[in-house]
Amino acid sequence: MTFDTDGPEPPGDGTVLDVAGLTVAFPGDAGLVRAVRGVTYRVHRGESVGIVGESGSGKSVTSLAAMGLLPRTARTGGSVRLLGQEMLGLGDAGLSALRGNKIAMIFQDPLTSLNPVYTIGQQLAEAVLVHNDVGRDAARERAVELLGVVGIPNPRRQIDAYPHELSGGMRQRVVIAIAMANDPDIIIADEPTTALDVTVQAQVLEALETARAATGAALVLITHDLGVIAGHVDRVVVMYAGKMVEGGDVDEIFYAPRMPYTLGLLGSLPRLDRARDHRLTPILGAPPSMVTLPPGCPFAPRCPMAETRCREEEPELRPVDGGPRTAACHFAERLAGVAPSDLFAPVAADPGAPQSTREGT
Amino acid sequence: MSELAVPPVLSARNLVKHFPVRGRGMLRRKVGEVHAVCDVSLDIRAEETLALVGESGCGKSTTARLLLNLIRPTAGEVRYRGRDITRLSRRKMRPLRRDLQLVFQDPYASLDPRMTVFEIIAEPLRVHGQFPYGGREAVRELMATVGLDPEHRNRYPHEFSGGQRQRVGVARALALRPKVLILDEPVSALDVSIQAGVINLLEDLQEELGLAYLFVSHDLSVVRHIADRVAVMYLGKIVEVGDVGSVFEAPAHPYTQALLSAIPVPDPRRERRRRRVILAGDVPSAVEPPSGCRFRTRCPKFENELSTIRRRRCIDEVPELKYRYSGTEVACHYAAVSTVL
Repeated sequence: MTFDTDGPEPPGDGTVLDVAGLTVAFPGDAGLVRAVRGVTYRVHRGESVGIVGESGSGKSVTSLAAMGLLPRTARTGGSVRLLGQEMLGLGDAGLSALRGNKIAMIFQDPLTSLNPVYTIGQQLAEAVLVHNDVGRDAARERAVELLGVVGIPNPRRQIDAYPHELSGGMRQRVVIAIAMANDPDIIIADEPTTALDVTVQAQVLEALETARAATGAALVLITHDLGVIAGHVDRVVVMYAGKMVEGGDVDEIFYAPRMPYTLGLLGSLPRLDRARDHRLTPILGAPPSMVTLPPGCPFAPRCPMAETRCREEEPELRPVDGGPRTAACHFAERLAGVAPSDLFAPVAADPGAPQSTREGT
Repeated sequence: MSELAVPPVLSARNLVKHFPVRGRGMLRRKVGEVHAVCDVSLDIRAEETLALVGESGCGKSTTARLLLNLIRPTAGEVRYRGRDITRLSRRKMRPLRRDLQLVFQDPYASLDPRMTVFEIIAEPLRVHGQFPYGGREAVRELMATVGLDPEHRNRYPHEFSGGQRQRVGVARALALRPKVLILDEPVSALDVSIQAGVINLLEDLQEELGLAYLFVSHDLSVVRHIADRVAVMYLGKIVEVGDVGSVFEAPAHPYTQALLSAIPVPDPRRERRRRRVILAGDVPSAVEPPSGCRFRTRCPKFENELSTIRRRRCIDEVPELKYRYSGTEVACHYAAVSTVL
């Protein structure tokens, strides 16, 4: 059973989501917070793209912009095209026609994305009814079917449960079921398993893969967990200080990064599959303040490779190794064959100054 | 537990902790009990890291609090250097608190925002009357030890990053020169690039100061990196314990196998090849845990491999934690090694 309504036709090249030069800034007490300062990526039909970055890197704001979910005070620039249609500046009515129908989103905390006073069946049926001209009974049947697809046991009985009666993992499956209700072209999942235990995370990721297989939807998976990225995406976007700093196939990013930050992240990770025979190599310091960004490369203050040029001129995202992979580093080519421990030291101390004095030093 | 020539610094024997569940009425009558920790025994040896791992609600943090005598066990005992501490009064416990210190998970919530970093680190010295004897100098040294600049001692916690705050928490725990540190999810709140430095610091401190660690964590990648031995908990019980190498390379309990197989590794080629054991359903309630083996309701082996007759044993008989032809101690009637990494 599929429900489909008329909508914009996708461009001929199979691009579902096209983000180009996206910028987002929020006015704050201390000045303009430039949360996203330039993100460009494309998601093709059926493909999965991972966006990685640490707290405050702008990875979530990027996807909120794509869904038209930013607060009114946000100032956006650039373009976000869904199936050829510009999303930025599109009014509520325009967005409502697309949200849930062509594009769906899964958030970190299912307890806040589900309404506590309605049963999960009512919420699922609502998602079906909004975009389809069907009766209540048909919507309810579709809801039962969807709950079964995402692995909820006894869907016919569970459909009348309220969100608080379910465990965290089950709730997140309900959210996935709602996301896939209208066979969207793309699902954006923002840290979908971060609040969950690992065995539950495995269940939910499996449900997400099942949902993708059933709908053929493309996926944007936003997470700080490089392990989750490694197993679930085709391509990776690495973000740092509001900018996309590297992009490429998942194997390229993990086995041959061309941006020192990516290399540093990989060297910082303790590995489940490696004995205790090596030291971790942390990245010293902390990410810069998004209000008073230093000139030059935002990673330069923490980068062991940084030279004068890095502190003066911010590197553009450019093709490296002949493309299509990209990196925002003046010296990306120097990273060929470099291991994390060649560049970063296995230190324990962090002599950096407290945050309030970091700027300008 | 294996008997080694070196006696353990801190050990638990048959610890049990039940929390009452009270009704909603005015009398708040006891209507049941949460079996948070059930018959847990473990040893922490000098200069060793024992990791206690498991998912939310498995009882790992309750076990840590029992070991510190912060809560009283329903049954069982905790021995520090051979002495039973579970029945000591608060006053008698006080000198021992110097030796047993706790580092919390959240460096944002565990530091008093109105105190300077100097005061936070000096507080345990003042409480134990040691501050007048070189306390000022001690605080400076502690800050240097944990990789902080002593010049920043008059700043407040909010001025520091998460990693730096966790270092303040470690410095405070080290102030009284403890023998054992109980670390409850010490790096879980930190971004990976920052976390690595704190892990390196903990490794160095153990070597320099000869500390024993109980490392409570849900992150098995961190545990693999930092621990010598690991105990895996499920629903209030230890299901497997052994050297880190044995538990990770040759786990024999079906739960350990499922847990390890569920953890993604940052290696795309390896991830594409890996086989996942997906557990069915949710963890049962600790108010009415399943009879016999507590894992049997979700156990893939019970579900897919065992005959009805063999299943009977899982339902009727609680499996004992013991060596069963593998490198680890396992609480499973039908333990068998399987590699899942």
